[in-house]
Amino acid sequence: MKNTDRRSFLKIAGASLGIGALYHVLPTPAPGLAAQMLDHMKHANGERPSPFSFVQLSDAHVGFHGPPDPLGTRAFERAVEMVNALPQPPDLVLFTGDLTHDSEDKDVHARRMAQFREIAGRLKAPLVKCVPGEHDAGLDGGLLFRENFGESHYSFDHRGVHFVALDNVSRAKPEVGPEQLAWLKRDLARFPRTAPIVVFTHRPLFDLKPEWEWFTSDGDDVMNLLSAYDNVTVLYGHIHRDHEHQVGQVRNYGARSLIFAFPDPAVSPDKKPLKFDPAKPFRELGIREVQAGRKPGPLGIHDVELTLREMSGLNGIQQLLKDPFRS
Amino acid sequence: MKRQIAVLTLVGITALLVWAQSSVETPVRASQSTVMAAPRVIKITAKRFEFVPNQLTLKKGEPVVLQVTSEDVTHGFFLRPLKIDDVLKPGQTRDIPVTPQVAGKFTAICDHFCGVNHGAMHMTIEVVE
Repeated sequence: MKNTDRRSFLKIAGASLGIGALYHVLPTPAPGLAAQMLDHMKHANGERPSPFSFVQLSDAHVGFHGPPDPLGTRAFERAVEMVNALPQPPDLVLFTGDLTHDSEDKDVHARRMAQFREIAGRLKAPLVKCVPGEHDAGLDGGLLFRENFGESHYSFDHRGVHFVALDNVSRAKPEVGPEQLAWLKRDLARFPRTAPIVVFTHRPLFDLKPEWEWFTSDGDDVMNLLSAYDNVTVLYGHIHRDHEHQVGQVRNYGARSLIFAFPDPAVSPDKKPLKFDPAKPFRELGIREVQAGRKPGPLGIHDVELTLREMSGLNGIQQLLKDPFRS
Repeated sequence: MKRQIAVLTLVGITALLVWAQSSVETPVRASQSTVMAAPRVIKITAKRFEFVPNQLTLKKGEPVVLQVTSEDVTHGFFLRPLKIDDVLKPGQTRDIPVTPQVAGKFTAICDHFCGVNHGAMHMTIEVVE
C-alpha cells in the first residue's frame, strides 16, 4: 500500500486574516484507513481527533501608547472583529502573553488588564485561554494575571489535542523553573508518544536571540520532555514577528504582535520597534498569513501545520498496532 | 672553651635566623608578586534602565572581576558567550570573575524584569585579542 503524505493527517490550513491567524486541525487519513486509525487514536490518546480550528493572538500590550503605535488597542480590536467575522468560528482563541503593558502603578495595571478582558470578552469563541508575558507578570510574580485568569500554567484537552500552557515569565527571569518542569513531566506522562500536543507560551523555548532576551534559560529542559512525543507544536509570542524553527521533531512558531513589530535580528543590530506607518497602520502586525485549501505537497513559508507525521498511511497504522501505548 | 662554644652557638643561631628570614622572605616576595597579578576589578552599576558604564573593553585571556552593584531593584546580568548569568538584589554587590576566551563584541543584558524599559537595559562588552 502506498504511503500517504505524512503531513496530510493533521494539518493546519486556513484563511488569510490580514491580522490574526487561524489554524485548522484536519484529521485526513488515507481513504479506507480513517475509521481504523481514528479508533486507534481514541484508544491510544483518550479522545478521537476531530476537525476544529483555533486562533492565536499575541502581545496586545493594552495600555501602551507611543510612537511605534499611536493607535493603542485598535489593532487588537480589529483582530477581535475579524475573528468574529470568520465564516467558520474557531473553537478557541489562545493569547500568548503580554496582554497588557506594565505600569508601576498597580491600579493602572489592573485597569489595563480589565480593558484587555473587556476587548477579549467580545470574542464569540466559546473558549479563550491565556498565558502571561513579562509585561503582565514580571513585576508582581504573576499575581494580577492569576487574579484574572487563575493559574498561569495548566493544560486541557480539546478534540483529541492536548494543549499545554507554560509560564516562562512570572519568575522575572526568562525561565520555566523546576516546579513547573516537574509539573510538565507529570502532565505529559499520561499520554502516549503519539498524542498531538500544542504548547503555548510567551517566550521562545530555544535560543532565538539571547542578547535580545529572546530565549528561555531552561528551555532545553522543556524540549527534552517534549522530545519524547512525536507530534508537538509550540506557539509563542514575545518577538513581535513571524518565526519558524524546528528542535528535533518539535516545531516552533513565533507570532506577530497586536501593537508594533520588532526587526529581523539577523539583519538589525538593535531591538528597536519598526516605525509606525500611518498609511499602513497594521503593517507587520497580526500573526501570519495562512494559505487556504492547500493541496498535498511541500509546505510554503506561510503555511503552518500541526502534524501527526508518523500516524499517516500504512506507517501510522503499523506504528499504532505495534506501540499503541507509550511504555 | 665554653665561651667559644657559646659564641659559636650564638653565631650559628644568628646565621640560622638570618637564613630563616631570608628563606621566609622569598615566598613573601612571591606572594606580593601574586597580589600584583590579581585580576583587574571593574566596577559596574546597574540601575533602571541602564548599566554604568555601558561600554567595556576586555582582553582575551585576561582574568578580570566585574564588580556589579544594583542601586535600586533586582536586576539580572546575563551574557552567555562569557558565561555570565547572575542576579543582583537591591543594594547588593556581586564579584563576577571572567576570563574571556573569545574575541568579539557582545551585548550583556538585564534578564530580570525590572520595569517598563527593561528591554532597553543592556551594555556592550568588547573582547579584543
